Amino acid sequence: MVKLQLRNLVTTTATAVLALSAALITLPAASMAETALKIESWRNDDIDIWNETIIPAFTKKHPDIEVVFAPTPPADYNASLNAKLSGGTAGDLITCRPFDASLDLFNKGHLASLNGLAGMENFSDVAKSAWQTDDGATTFCLPMASVIHGFIYNKEIFEELNLSIPKTIPEFMKVVETIKSESRYTPLVIGTADQWEAATMGFQNVGPNFWKGEEGRSALIDGSQKLTDPQYVAVWQHLAEWSDFMGKGYKAQKYPDSQNLFTLGRGAIYPAGSWDITTFNTQADFEFGAFPPPLPEGQSECYISDHTDIALGVNSASPNAEAAMTFLSWMASAEFAELYANSLPGFFSLSKHKVTLTDPVAQEFVSWRESCNSTIRNSYQILSRGTPNLENDLWNVSAQVLNGTLTPEQAAQQAEDGLAKWYGPHK
Amino acid sequence: MSSSRGISKKFPLHIVVFLAPATLVYTLFMIYPLADSIRLSFYSADETGATYFAGLTNYIVMVTDPDWSGAFWNSLKNNFIFFCVHMLVQNPIGLLLAALLSLPRVRGRNTYRTLLFMPTMLSVVIIGFVWQLILSPLWGVSETLLAYVGLEDWFRPWLGEEGTALVTLSLISVWQFVGIPMMLIYAALLNIPDDLTEAAVIDGANHFWVFWYVKLPLILPTIAMVSILTFVGNFNAFDLIYAVKGALAGPNFSTDIMGTLFYRTFFGFQLQIGSPTMGATVATLMFLVILVGVLFYLFVIQRRLQRYTL
Repeated sequence: MVKLQLRNLVTTTATAVLALSAALITLPAASMAETALKIESWRNDDIDIWNETIIPAFTKKHPDIEVVFAPTPPADYNASLNAKLSGGTAGDLITCRPFDASLDLFNKGHLASLNGLAGMENFSDVAKSAWQTDDGATTFCLPMASVIHGFIYNKEIFEELNLSIPKTIPEFMKVVETIKSESRYTPLVIGTADQWEAATMGFQNVGPNFWKGEEGRSALIDGSQKLTDPQYVAVWQHLAEWSDFMGKGYKAQKYPDSQNLFTLGRGAIYPAGSWDITTFNTQADFEFGAFPPPLPEGQSECYISDHTDIALGVNSASPNAEAAMTFLSWMASAEFAELYANSLPGFFSLSKHKVTLTDPVAQEFVSWRESCNSTIRNSYQILSRGTPNLENDLWNVSAQVLNGTLTPEQAAQQAEDGLAKWYGPHK
Repeated sequence: MSSSRGISKKFPLHIVVFLAPATLVYTLFMIYPLADSIRLSFYSADETGATYFAGLTNYIVMVTDPDWSGAFWNSLKNNFIFFCVHMLVQNPIGLLLAALLSLPRVRGRNTYRTLLFMPTMLSVVIIGFVWQLILSPLWGVSETLLAYVGLEDWFRPWLGEEGTALVTLSLISVWQFVGIPMMLIYAALLNIPDDLTEAAVIDGANHFWVFWYVKLPLILPTIAMVSILTFVGNFNAFDLIYAVKGALAGPNFSTDIMGTLFYRTFFGFQLQIGSPTMGATVATLMFLVILVGVLFYLFVIQRRLQRYTL
């Protein structure tokens, strides 16, 4: 009954961090004859891929440098990394979260500038934007991978109902209408219980076509566009149309429910993030494909959310900075891009190299980069620094639009009001 | 006599020794963190992370700035609803079950007691998961069960709708913790000497009268204690909401209670960067709410309770 003494959490956390730092200090420093690099990361799921594929490929080229991949559980990563960096015990290479978390580390002097790094020219400005100072002058992490949004569909259901891939929003609505009226399948597999899907797989997925990708995103940052402008309201209006085609009881449907509903073959179209490919590959026993967010009527230029998610930087206190830079330059190569993208289908290399992907669905996702313009989620850079932060607001209002408790106009007004409270250009 | 007086004049060192472990542990792990978190709530942090003394600013922001006060009053209101559901459902049911269990002839008394207490011993994560599955509109059995009695039209995605999510979660929590008031009250009922109930029966009272006029007045202090435990437990609650709805306590913050608000504020969530100072402010306000409740109990309720020596 007396469940969790929250106030104790403060102490517990502090004690845990202390214990952790103490444990690290007593660890013997790796004293190899050659240079040893340690990578700090939150991707503990990928440890096998690093140890068996990526690091051997690097040491083949650079036998004098030893690399150790040392991940921390994702939820503890930021806290333990901060403790290690202030204690001077962090690894040489630091895996960077996008935007403010890493910018904060750079501002505190923990990350080295990578401006002169050989290989940085292989990355576009959009790719680098997540790990740059606000003025874009300094880049402090090397972009590794992004995730792309789109729609994954069940090919068998599409064949059964004789449907073709929708190119425009009216076609898309016609397709879901057909699925609803002519079959028992759930047309759109998405729920609102976890809220984030509504914003991430909904708003940020279909939105870039409306606000013209980077153009709209930077206009939102400099204040020349507002979330109450017609192009943003139109995104929510489109989302509001989805409600009729989402599964029964979608308000209590969680993210794993959606994944299961789709992989069990009970749903036709799944608003997706490319990371879902790995799950679906192992769980779905039918063929599935992907299509990019459909275009508003009359538009020919397409935009996709190609969200920068993970990067690697150099600890400015590292004694092996030179070897660390060598590693980063190798990571900018075509070889790494191909290795990484094929071991983790759904995480796409951010470099300009042309990567041959073996997974057909991943290949489909990445091919949109050629025909469409890439952009990132518009709430991630700068706009989520204050209170209330735009990202959390978008979760809330997008879920409410899908639930029918807010109109698109109210949703836009609420998100804009939140931003206007603290962000100068929107005041 | 004189020698024993001599001993009592010496400093009672053993008392200090016996008190020391508890005092030290409590000071180190309860009193110090509490005092330090209150201290932290008077500070503010600038962009570099350096803290400076800010007086009552955090509190003023918390109750007047619409950004914070909206969330704060909402979570306080939800917390009261959460508490009321427990008081109105959990404790009466606990009392009823205890009364039934303590009836003179109940077969399988121990089995019932164990089964009813079982959910209390399960992890909240399991409880949350199981109930989400039961209530799930996709895989859950609740719709089928309602259909058996012809009520399938009454089925709603209760956990997903603003109007019902908080009450549903409260009822899940009631289901889990009903064993505690039941056990405490059951123990109190067992302590009542048989002479009293037998005397009442001889005077012509039935089971209900015995319970109402003899047993209930004798266990009122226990019921008061159960109530205050419920109050403290509910205003410290966090885990069930976090396990089922996440730190954003959706939909639209309709299940947000003080604990989840504290978590979001202190540790941050998704792109919201945590603020230890504002978090400490929320924690201190939680402490104050609980303190006021406990003081009310101590000075208003406990003093009026009549205790009988049995």
